[in-house]
Amino acid sequence: MNAQRPQPDPQAISAELSALTVQSVAAGIRRRVLEHTLRNNGGYLSQACSAAEILATLFLRVMQLGPSTAPLIPRPFAGVPSQNNPAALTGAGYNGPRAPDLDRFIFSPVHYALVLYALLIELGRLGPDALERFNTDGSTVELIGAEHSPGHEVTAGSLGQALSQAGGIALARRLRGESGRVWVFMSDGEFQEGQTWEAFAALAHHHIGNLGVYIDANAQQCDGAMADVMTIEPLADRLRAFGAEVHEVDGHDAEALAKPALARENTVIRERHDTAGQQDPTPAAIDRPLVVIARTDTCRGIDLLRERAPKLHYLRFKSPNEQDAYEDLLEHWQDLAS
Amino acid sequence: MIELVTRPHRSNLLRWAAKRSEVLVLGADLTASCEADGFRDQFPERFFSFGMAEQNMLGFAAGLAREGFFPYIHTFSVFITRRPFDQLAMSIAYPNLPVRLIGFLPGLTTPGGVTHQAIDDIALMRALPNMTVLEAGDATEVESMLDAAQAIEGPVYVRQLRGEVPRLFPSEQPLRFGRARLLGSGTDLAVISAGICTEEALSAVAALRSRGVATSHLHVSTLKPFDDPRLLEQIANARYGAITIENHSIIGGLGSALAEQLAEQGIGRRLIRLGLRDTYAHGASKPYLMREYGLDARALVHAAETLIDASLGIDDAVLAEHAAAVRGAAQRETLAKADKTEDL
Repeated sequence: MNAQRPQPDPQAISAELSALTVQSVAAGIRRRVLEHTLRNNGGYLSQACSAAEILATLFLRVMQLGPSTAPLIPRPFAGVPSQNNPAALTGAGYNGPRAPDLDRFIFSPVHYALVLYALLIELGRLGPDALERFNTDGSTVELIGAEHSPGHEVTAGSLGQALSQAGGIALARRLRGESGRVWVFMSDGEFQEGQTWEAFAALAHHHIGNLGVYIDANAQQCDGAMADVMTIEPLADRLRAFGAEVHEVDGHDAEALAKPALARENTVIRERHDTAGQQDPTPAAIDRPLVVIARTDTCRGIDLLRERAPKLHYLRFKSPNEQDAYEDLLEHWQDLAS
Repeated sequence: MIELVTRPHRSNLLRWAAKRSEVLVLGADLTASCEADGFRDQFPERFFSFGMAEQNMLGFAAGLAREGFFPYIHTFSVFITRRPFDQLAMSIAYPNLPVRLIGFLPGLTTPGGVTHQAIDDIALMRALPNMTVLEAGDATEVESMLDAAQAIEGPVYVRQLRGEVPRLFPSEQPLRFGRARLLGSGTDLAVISAGICTEEALSAVAALRSRGVATSHLHVSTLKPFDDPRLLEQIANARYGAITIENHSIIGGLGSALAEQLAEQGIGRRLIRLGLRDTYAHGASKPYLMREYGLDARALVHAAETLIDASLGIDDAVLAEHAAAVRGAAQRETLAKADKTEDL
């Protein structure tokens, strides 16, 4: 608490934020994650390369979020949730307040935590020094995020569990008549878990249309290429068969990423308009989950990584030479940026 | 003679949930089998079917609970505690969410065999931080469960009974959270029973007393937290020791919980744990299985004889007489028929 710094002028911040583009934020994510990986001799760098534009697009173009309600300097871990611990907290406040008309963000592949923290810093929702607390004892800025970590709302480290929880949240919001939607960021590996398919069946069965899923389809997992470990393709066909509205896009193209969500929003408004005052007995086309499969490149923006393929899940430098090459890249990057 | 109550949970759920709009019921293709069909038919807007997909159902329940609803999961105990254990631990128990897990067919109460018999559910649920564990022993407790569970802030696992359920305790004496029921005192032996084993213990204890063995008897319905001091008091006063009897494995359930307490409090009394002795069971009638696996009145009498190191001359005929005082022949027939015809 003593470490709290003077807060910058909010007007200056909002002017700065409105100038942000998906491209600039995505580049910032990659740079921060690279810098961090060098400092710690390890990191989830390929996830930053693949997911940077998806996360930046979600936060800048797709989701309706309020300003962060959480401190720029991440709070220390306040203990696990329990009846005897009213101090337990979640990191959801970094994604703005809860309000009936605002969207909610559910972060599923929490091994991407470093990427999310970097994004929150780029967006000014988290202070620039927050990564100094990454993976340090007593910090909420954990290696694999949990619900107390900045930007996280549920505990999703056992992969494939967040979508069901998001479905419950979306169902609850529908029961309460809220207009805000629920957005879930997932990794493609999670489509190996049976629970994910159980969840899609339930989303379709219960006509849950206030939920959208963005998938980082980078085709990589811990053991290597997904096609070698356990294929999930044809993912789009499978999801369509499960009743979802599915779009496959270039996951590094902000326009393509945002388009399905914006189109859905227009459909919602139009359908509400069309059926005003009359009951439509058939479920509307929008009463099903939206899925955007973002086809991505795990080495995007950092070509050096290609030398590590196909084992890209976690980067740890194998030699001083390799580390030097990445140091050079970062220096060059900063030269370019300045 | 005790009363036999037909489907106490079914009617109680309807009555109890009627005015609680924040209470939802979630089912996994066992809705009538778990006596939630009345609720489903009367409040369809508050009932959600999830099919045979428990992992996802628990996740949805977690999301609903985070938003202020109170989801009451209804399915068989095995499909709550075994199949989706990770989802239960991570999506529900870790965040301490108020999801109520109403589990049916505890232990040997089903002829459905090993896949349907929850013999390790108490052990699994006790091991989860934040989880509260309750077990119904009669119709009065079946009817107490919703109030008891709703009063608890975090997740609650209920070992619930269905179908024809005897009323052992007066309906005006509902389950009290954290408190065992003291059914009698004595300074020779202490008998601690839970669930359907309490009815067996009632006739065994009556038989023991008829032979001059001063026996205390406590019925436990809160298995976690497990801290009622009267349990240890009664055992400390019992010169020959204590016997637990439970419809569960002797590993991780009532007997284990008590053994932990006795050791921690330094109470040097012998303890015989009756229950499934580290074995699975198979599909057969409840009376047959309880006899076969040593969860009945006869097993309890044998354990008492072991502790006091004397033969008491209590045979099946004597036990039958005492059992008849608890429950009549007509009721036994009704129950035997119900056991054979219940939905699985």
